[in-house]
Amino acid sequence: MFLQQLINGLTLGSVYALIALGYSMVYGILELINFAHGEIYMLGAYLGIIFLAFFTAIGLTAYNLPLSLLLTIILSIIFCSCYGFTMEKIAYKPLRNAPRLSPLISAIGVSIFLQNYVMLTQGATDKVFPHIFGAAGFQFMSVRMTFLQLCIILTSLILMVVLRFFVRKTRMGTAMRAVAQDKTMAALVGINIDTVISVTFIIGSGLAAVAGLMVAMYYGLVNYYIGYIAGIKAFTAAVLGGIGSIRGAMVGGILLGLVESLGGSYISGEYKDAYAFVILIIILLIKPGGLFGKAELEKV
Amino acid sequence: MTSLWLSILFLPFKGLQAALVLFAVVSTVLLSWALLSKYKNTVGFYIRTVASQLCGAGLFSHKQVLVGRYACLLALFILPFFVRDYFLDVAILVGIYVILALGLNVVVGFAGLLNLGFVAFYALGAYTYALLNTKLALGFWTALPFSVGLSAIAGFLLAVPALRLRGDYLAIVTLGFGEITRLILNNWDSLTMGPNGISGISSPTILSLSLGKLSYFYYLVLLFVLLTIFVTRRVYSSKIGRAWVAIREDEIASSIMGINATMYKLYAFAFGAFWAGLAGAVFAAKMQFVSPESFTFMESVLILCMVILGGLGSIWGVILGAFILVLLPEMLREIQLYRMLTLGAGLVLLMVFRPQGLFGGKGVSLRS
Repeated sequence: MFLQQLINGLTLGSVYALIALGYSMVYGILELINFAHGEIYMLGAYLGIIFLAFFTAIGLTAYNLPLSLLLTIILSIIFCSCYGFTMEKIAYKPLRNAPRLSPLISAIGVSIFLQNYVMLTQGATDKVFPHIFGAAGFQFMSVRMTFLQLCIILTSLILMVVLRFFVRKTRMGTAMRAVAQDKTMAALVGINIDTVISVTFIIGSGLAAVAGLMVAMYYGLVNYYIGYIAGIKAFTAAVLGGIGSIRGAMVGGILLGLVESLGGSYISGEYKDAYAFVILIIILLIKPGGLFGKAELEKV
Repeated sequence: MTSLWLSILFLPFKGLQAALVLFAVVSTVLLSWALLSKYKNTVGFYIRTVASQLCGAGLFSHKQVLVGRYACLLALFILPFFVRDYFLDVAILVGIYVILALGLNVVVGFAGLLNLGFVAFYALGAYTYALLNTKLALGFWTALPFSVGLSAIAGFLLAVPALRLRGDYLAIVTLGFGEITRLILNNWDSLTMGPNGISGISSPTILSLSLGKLSYFYYLVLLFVLLTIFVTRRVYSSKIGRAWVAIREDEIASSIMGINATMYKLYAFAFGAFWAGLAGAVFAAKMQFVSPESFTFMESVLILCMVILGGLGSIWGVILGAFILVLLPEMLREIQLYRMLTLGAGLVLLMVFRPQGLFGGKGVSLRS
């Protein structure tokens, strides 16, 4: 029972971690809580269903399942990245020098817009992701782990390692860290800030798309409002680990997933969604910097 | 280019035909916008003239404004004699939202603290009255102080820890508070009946005269609205109001001037929550039924939109915002589906093009 919940928690947590990375990166660079990030994840789940249905309709799925799955994943990531990119250009870029709360309100607007946009175009009922993986897995004593769960955990881990490498070692990653430290100075040494911010949004949205796809496969059901609650939880994960830190987002996401699945089975399942909020509030009050973050000083 | 890009993004969601329609629409809008901006100065001039005429800046004397105001008031008082019940229903709804929006305006507009969980206090007021009435058979007037007081105390208690946080974190914590409140209402079955809600709440009475009749209730709401306007205006121009504005504009500078920022922010939270509690009790008495469904995050956003649309910190602007956002969807039933969609897009557009709101005061900024 405990081990089973541990595995479920790990699966859930690695999904949160992937979404949390997007929050963390954007916050690190723009100091903006991208409220609409959860909606990108929801879009990812929907796009996965739409593209897979399209490939099934033209007969590719029956002909070659892995290929159509791969195409679905790639297309969803591309589209989500484009959505993230567009969102930044329309709703956040004009507000870059505005007071801090303006972009936050604008982000709430984007979030509501995208939710209703999907609801109006795709309908308000649950959408079903076709069962292609089945429940195959392996049994270890009383604990079951499906291949899909393993797949989700491994994919998240690999993506996070790749992202860490990207931020640490590549030219663009260095530029991103520079912009996060000081935008003006970064601009002075010749870094194109707009490009860096766009790249941040594109990467973050791509990761959210992967998370959305995996959740759609895992639960088999998606709805237009899954983004809001998942977004809040991922944000909690990012804050828990220390916003702005990649390692923090990973740890925070997994911790939150564990708390949720263990708390859900041992304390009360009804309040499952409340745990994230309680953790968020406690962390912000006790240690606003998070586990791996550093305390921020307000500058005059 | 932009329209092509947007249409491609739209393509998977509704198919080719809809994407082509979107392409055409966006292209037309952008083209006409480009054409318009060529004549920007002339068009802008006309718009400004019309706007200043509408706002009465300089065109109406002080006396005329006063007369207009009393005429409006009179019209509001005799309204029930002329209109159908349906309109009264809507008018009562508008009134409740005006109280809510004015309350939130105190927190967001005056003190500059973004509160995304405002609906929690509204819920608290409504549930307090509902429970006191159904369980203890207390009347509206006896229960009202409890509703209002409890909301204000809750606002105070939330603010004590939360105010240590900076602007955007504060917003998220208040959001979390709102969600937790809703989850508790939804799950504490023994007290709140869970998602079924509480029904059979009685209407208020005055000297054994029941206000269940729509027109009587309308007067009750009208009185409360006038009270809210009166009190918030007085407080805004008092020492406390000045302190709020000072904190909103620059917290560090104001604390150097000797303003106890934390204390005044606490006042703002409690004072805002006070009105939410009042609106909640009135709402429960009007509907005679409360359920957690009325107190979602979207409701908080709707109230926030009213405040922002009308203009942060401007009392008349906020009232107008509440009017617009309640009346428009009521009048255009067909667009009800698109209400939230437009609301979301509207928030973005407002922030980008007119952050001070439609009728915003001068020099109001969203800092914190």
